[in-house]
Amino acid sequence: MKDAITVRNLKKEFKAYSSRSGLKGAFRDLLTRNYKIVPAVNDISFNVKQGEMVGYIGENGAGKSTTIKMLTGILTPTSGEVTVNGMNPHRDREKFVSTIGVVFGQRSQLWWDIAVQESFRLLKKVYKVSDEQFESHMAHVIKTLGLEPLLDKPVRKLSLGQRMRCELAAALIHNPPLLFLDEPTIGLDVLVKLKIREFLKEINEKYNTTILLTTHDLTEIEALCERVVMLDDGKIIYDGALKSLKEKWGEGKEIEFQFLEEVEITDLNSITASSEVKWEKNDKEPIYTAIVEDNDELISLLIAKVVADLKVKDINIKETSTEEIIRNIYDRGIS
Amino acid sequence: MDKYLEMIRIRFLMMLAYRTNYYTGILIYSINIGAYYFLWSAIYGEKDAIEGMSVIHMSTYVAIAWMARAFYFNNIDREMAAEIKEGKVAVELIRPYNYLGMKTMQGLGEGIFRLFFFSVPGMVIVSFIFPLQFSADAATWLLFVLSIVLSFFINIQINLLTGITTFFLFNNTGLIRAKRVVIDLFSGLLIPISFFPTWAQDVLKFLPFQGISYVPSMIFTNSFSNNEAVQAIILQGIWVLILIIPIQILWIIAKKQLIIQGG
Repeated sequence: MKDAITVRNLKKEFKAYSSRSGLKGAFRDLLTRNYKIVPAVNDISFNVKQGEMVGYIGENGAGKSTTIKMLTGILTPTSGEVTVNGMNPHRDREKFVSTIGVVFGQRSQLWWDIAVQESFRLLKKVYKVSDEQFESHMAHVIKTLGLEPLLDKPVRKLSLGQRMRCELAAALIHNPPLLFLDEPTIGLDVLVKLKIREFLKEINEKYNTTILLTTHDLTEIEALCERVVMLDDGKIIYDGALKSLKEKWGEGKEIEFQFLEEVEITDLNSITASSEVKWEKNDKEPIYTAIVEDNDELISLLIAKVVADLKVKDINIKETSTEEIIRNIYDRGIS
Repeated sequence: MDKYLEMIRIRFLMMLAYRTNYYTGILIYSINIGAYYFLWSAIYGEKDAIEGMSVIHMSTYVAIAWMARAFYFNNIDREMAAEIKEGKVAVELIRPYNYLGMKTMQGLGEGIFRLFFFSVPGMVIVSFIFPLQFSADAATWLLFVLSIVLSFFINIQINLLTGITTFFLFNNTGLIRAKRVVIDLFSGLLIPISFFPTWAQDVLKFLPFQGISYVPSMIFTNSFSNNEAVQAIILQGIWVLILIIPIQILWIIAKKQLIIQGG
């Protein structure tokens, strides 16, 4: 299958100006300004196949949005090669952008003062969508996202959730084979999020649409993407299946205990002294968590030991969540 | 082309969405025309003509200059500045159209809206209140129409240029304001160019501003001979072509070093 996105040694540098301190410095700034060259995206390479759903994650300021802006033809790369849908996004911008759909969670692409349907109509003309195509495709999109009651309202009167659903519909008017979503569910409630997720899955299955998604909501990545690309400080630090990320960096299992009697950490440590266990006490509730290696034998042995000595009210076995894994990676780096 | 026409329609809708703006606009323009009418009558006093223009000539000049302004004037430069400052230009760049072309069309939509719902009715009302002189000559009307279309283009090009500078300056409110004053003064909106000292007139000949207001108003008031009018219109056309060059150059540079502000 052909690649929807190919990125080779992509680099983007910005000039970061810094102001000198004090009044004297301010006058000197009038003449010459200090600046450093800061790489926002530093030599990254990756491919995305047609029909893949890829999560693009990283801390704030890691360079996610900058990458998306280069992939969509808004920014010119400092160096490196980008080929998206077989074109150079920046050079063939006008032709290229009609083959992609973009949703920027923090910006609206609908016209603020006019009714949603007027925006749709204009976009239909802009993307040269035929009436039949528009009818059949958009009727479905409008129905699935539940937009009928919103169509005749001006955008400024919509709530955030309503607006985001309209934004998504607007990005799909021309049924693009490639969809960029830059934090599409920022600030949305669970129901709208679910609706959007279901919808994205559906169009991916139906049209084999490639989706590149950036978000800080990891449940979203878990629900949608099999593959994640993780960015840190402008560099790719992980590119692969979400599952193997968990296996590689998941730190075993957590077993939560609640006891009927008062217990001290030292008691617990002495009970399980023979095996490798780390106990933690929850600050608010009397819950004790044992962190152990992901090994079934070890876990059952541990539980047996604890239950034999203490009266237990509740036991809960948890896997380390993706969120925790990612947090650990952000904190400590990948090595 | 379809998309550009649709943009004109959208602009109409946007103008209609804010009715108050529309009504206050009519009021402001009437006050301006009235004020300049009384000012000029006071200046003329007993005199029949100044610099070859009679009082009635002058009031027609003032009225038509303001009404033409309603057509060519727009805030596209301020809109561009806002879009660039807020980073909204990113959204514009992911659409398959020419950004500057679309901005021109938005300006045109606004201009056509004002021409029909503002200038024409306004002119009818003003002609009841102040003594004005309309030409009956079809050739004058034709030349005038041609001329204000070109005024629109010169003005929007200057606006686009001012707007693009936001890419480099990040905050150009001052520049936009200065540009507005310069255009009102040097285009002959406030005082006909023929009233300027000769040296100033000579300098202004080499600038595009008089093509914005002075030329169409002089044509409308029959102050130009047909020959002069044709020459002035050709000069307007040349300016439209010349101004394309700096716009394109700045635009290419701007796109290269574009920074999307606000993430």
